[in-house]
Amino acid sequence: MLQSEMSAAQLQQHVRAQRIGDVNLSVENVSLAFGGVKALTDVSFDVREHEVRAIIGPNGAGKSSMLNVLNGVYHPQQGTIRLRQGGDWREFHDMDSHEAAAMGIARTFQNIALFRGMSVLDNIMTGRNLRMRCSFLEQALWLGRAKREELEHRHSVEEVIDFLEIQHIRKTPVGQLPYGLQKRVELGRALAAEPTLLLLDEPMAGMNMEEKQDMCRFVLDVNDHYGTTIVLIEHDMGVVMDISDRVVVLDYGRKIADGTPDGVRSNQAVIDAYLGVTH
Amino acid sequence: MLYREAGQFRTTYAEDQQIFPIRQDRVAVVVLLVAAFVVVPLVGNQYWLSAILTPFLIYSLAALGLNILTGYAGQLSLGTAAFMAVGAFMSFNFVLRAPWLGIIPSFILAGLCAAAVGIVFGLPSLRIKGFYLAVATLACQFFVVWALQRFGWFSNYSPSGVIAAQEVVILGYAFNTPASKYMLTLIIVTLMALAAKNLMRSETGRAFMAVRDMDVAASVIGIPMMKTKLLAFAISSFYCGVAGALHAFTYLGQVEPEAYSLELSFRILFMIIIGGVGSILGSFLGAGFIIVFPIFLNLLFGGVSHLIGDEISHAVLSNVETMIFGGLIVFFLIVEPHGLARLWQVAKEKLRLWPFPH
Amino acid sequence: MDLSFFLEVLLGGLLAGVMYSLVALGFVLIYKASGVFNFAQGAMVFFAALTFVQLTKIFGMPMWLAFPVTLVVMVLFGIATEKVVLRPLVNQPPITLFMATIGLTFFLEGFSQLVWGSQPHGLELGIPDVPMEWLSQSSGINISQFDLFAAVVAGVLVAVLALFFQYTRIGRALRAVADDHQAALAVGIPLKHIWAIVWSVAGFVALVAGLMWGARNGVGYSLTFIALKALPVLILGGFESIPGAIIGGLIVGASEKLAEVYLPPMLNAPLTEFFGGTVNLQGIESWFAYVVALLFLLVRPQGLFGEKIIDRV
Repeated sequence: MLQSEMSAAQLQQHVRAQRIGDVNLSVENVSLAFGGVKALTDVSFDVREHEVRAIIGPNGAGKSSMLNVLNGVYHPQQGTIRLRQGGDWREFHDMDSHEAAAMGIARTFQNIALFRGMSVLDNIMTGRNLRMRCSFLEQALWLGRAKREELEHRHSVEEVIDFLEIQHIRKTPVGQLPYGLQKRVELGRALAAEPTLLLLDEPMAGMNMEEKQDMCRFVLDVNDHYGTTIVLIEHDMGVVMDISDRVVVLDYGRKIADGTPDGVRSNQAVIDAYLGVTH
Repeated sequence: MLYREAGQFRTTYAEDQQIFPIRQDRVAVVVLLVAAFVVVPLVGNQYWLSAILTPFLIYSLAALGLNILTGYAGQLSLGTAAFMAVGAFMSFNFVLRAPWLGIIPSFILAGLCAAAVGIVFGLPSLRIKGFYLAVATLACQFFVVWALQRFGWFSNYSPSGVIAAQEVVILGYAFNTPASKYMLTLIIVTLMALAAKNLMRSETGRAFMAVRDMDVAASVIGIPMMKTKLLAFAISSFYCGVAGALHAFTYLGQVEPEAYSLELSFRILFMIIIGGVGSILGSFLGAGFIIVFPIFLNLLFGGVSHLIGDEISHAVLSNVETMIFGGLIVFFLIVEPHGLARLWQVAKEKLRLWPFPH
Repeated sequence: MDLSFFLEVLLGGLLAGVMYSLVALGFVLIYKASGVFNFAQGAMVFFAALTFVQLTKIFGMPMWLAFPVTLVVMVLFGIATEKVVLRPLVNQPPITLFMATIGLTFFLEGFSQLVWGSQPHGLELGIPDVPMEWLSQSSGINISQFDLFAAVVAGVLVAVLALFFQYTRIGRALRAVADDHQAALAVGIPLKHIWAIVWSVAGFVALVAGLMWGARNGVGYSLTFIALKALPVLILGGFESIPGAIIGGLIVGASEKLAEVYLPPMLNAPLTEFFGGTVNLQGIESWFAYVVALLFLLVRPQGLFGEKIIDRV
């Protein structure tokens, strides 16, 4: 089909598909168990640079566990995570969350893990913590280097604040904000870290139609504007179909499908899993 | 009308990050500093200087130290007095055994000793939280006091355990009048309070508050748990140590280990609860309140006993004082858990609207 | 080493530990039922003992009457505390509630001394603090009759409380409340009544503990800070376990006593050599229990019988 003959949506998909690069994250045979409960069994998939990858599946499928493995909160008993940084591949059996953060992986949480006693601005500033170089003594004196560093990071954070349109609440303590705005602030904190890989755990949960549209817009903008690779967990099928490039489907800790949104939607195994058909 | 911000625009981030962004606040602070540094020493009488203002500054500094640890970093500590004791006794020992160091370096070294003790007893915070951690600080409190009593070296083998702080001489000038002692204390406390404020509005402060609010999330985004918690203990203990050194040198003159008891730790905890947990200003307000309140109560009871023509015993007075403090703690926790500092903020908010109701 | 002396010290320590357990029990009750660490338990022990003493001394009440009257006072205290302190703070984090109980401690202590005076008082329960004849004659070990009586009382109390929590309706309701206030409310458990009941039972335990401690050591305001000794006991035994309070108490009592008696003679000399100045480890018991508890916390934070603490994001 010529570009002139495609619909607007198809055109957009086409343009985005062209930007997707090579594989930069590879999950290989990961198994995770808690005592007797098997959260993940032999899951393998890959993620390409600049793409939006969705992980879906019925409740209890192990989606959050998968995300937790990706950023080092859980350590799988078996399997490897391989991450490409620049040209080199690094292999992990047992990464800790600190290492993950240092490697440019940032995430949001299902139940909002913001620091309730601090303002929006301060919360987003904590996202920059790995880039702050000054010692505490320099900060206590607030001279030269410390002051400059603080203002520099403030500048970057303000860019994120502008991007997410939350200027009016930057000094508000996070605990006082409504749920939808808190989710946006959490996204801001993740973005402030300038991640190469962004993990979003149910970013649209609990939101109404308008809030979802806003959040979708932000997620897509992040992907377009910053080129960040995004892996997200989401229950809303409409959202998944619209914004993701490829989808992984988990059920009872196993991968049951992997492909484009359309391909996955018509996959019988996936339909069965969601309808609860025993297999 | 007085407190309007209209016309005050902050056009750079630097302006927005200032400690006092509002012009009226800046003016008020300048007035306060002038009063504290210039007016008080000239006008103040001996009693006020040596029995009220100097201890107020010292306890504010200790409360500030505790606030950094408990208010900002969320690590409960019942061992504040022990850190003060380390500061007091170690500064005495440095001045005694290495007089060539000078008073200020001795104070700093004493503070560092307190910081070291703080780090040791803060190590458990890496594994335990909340009031379990209070046990570690209790162990510290009892152990330190016992060690200072038992190991004669600390008190230079004085039979009663009492040490007499040496005269404070800096660069040939002797600080031996109430006014000069007050000034020295004021300078040290002001500088340290400024440093604390700078710290708390930088990344260190944010890391502390992140650990306080949700330490699991903090570690996931890359904030180092061990370093942050131990730094909180170290800085807090340093502040309490310097407060202890001042306590011995510019306030009491003579101290013994028993003075730094659990009761003192509780008193300082009360200061930050009433003054405002997690607030630099609150440390000062709380200390002021706890120092001034007994005096006020004394006067009140004096008046009452005049009225009824009967002497009210000292025991009754101190028991009523204890009761009221206990009651006030509960009151503040129910009504305004953020203490006097928040009440002050609320008052300022109302002042911005005055004379309009909303 | 003199075996009979060692046994005497050990048993003395164990029995002292029983006394600690009595105080710790009150903590466990309140923590189990409301998740609140009641720092004021020590002050409650002090207040109960003082009230009892003054009723018998000043009003000349016989003991069998003073006990129920004091119990009524403690129940009233429990109800008042629930209404004035706990209810307004119902959804606050545990640390706030803990600090409120610190405030309560000071209030209660000041009040006790204001009303009843501040001199220490003796307390006579009619059981002499003398060694048991037959035991000292047969094996040379001296164990006080009173200590044994206290141990029996504690044992009975623990058994009764354990059964109460496990098998009665109110006991179940208390455990539900401890787990989740909101959920308990949702199934219709009357929170206010439950807390009043719990604090009253804790008051009863405080009274028993107060009588035991008072008879042994006299009733002075240092009793308030017995609360602090209960902390290591709770850490060892677990904050929510009634049998844990006993085991923890025994361990703390025994180790403290043994350290007090045996460590200074053993370590004074070598440490004096090492440090060069006189070293005297006397008084080690002021901090020993806390350090033991601390080390235990590092290895097993939930105590011997407590539940594992899990942190989620």
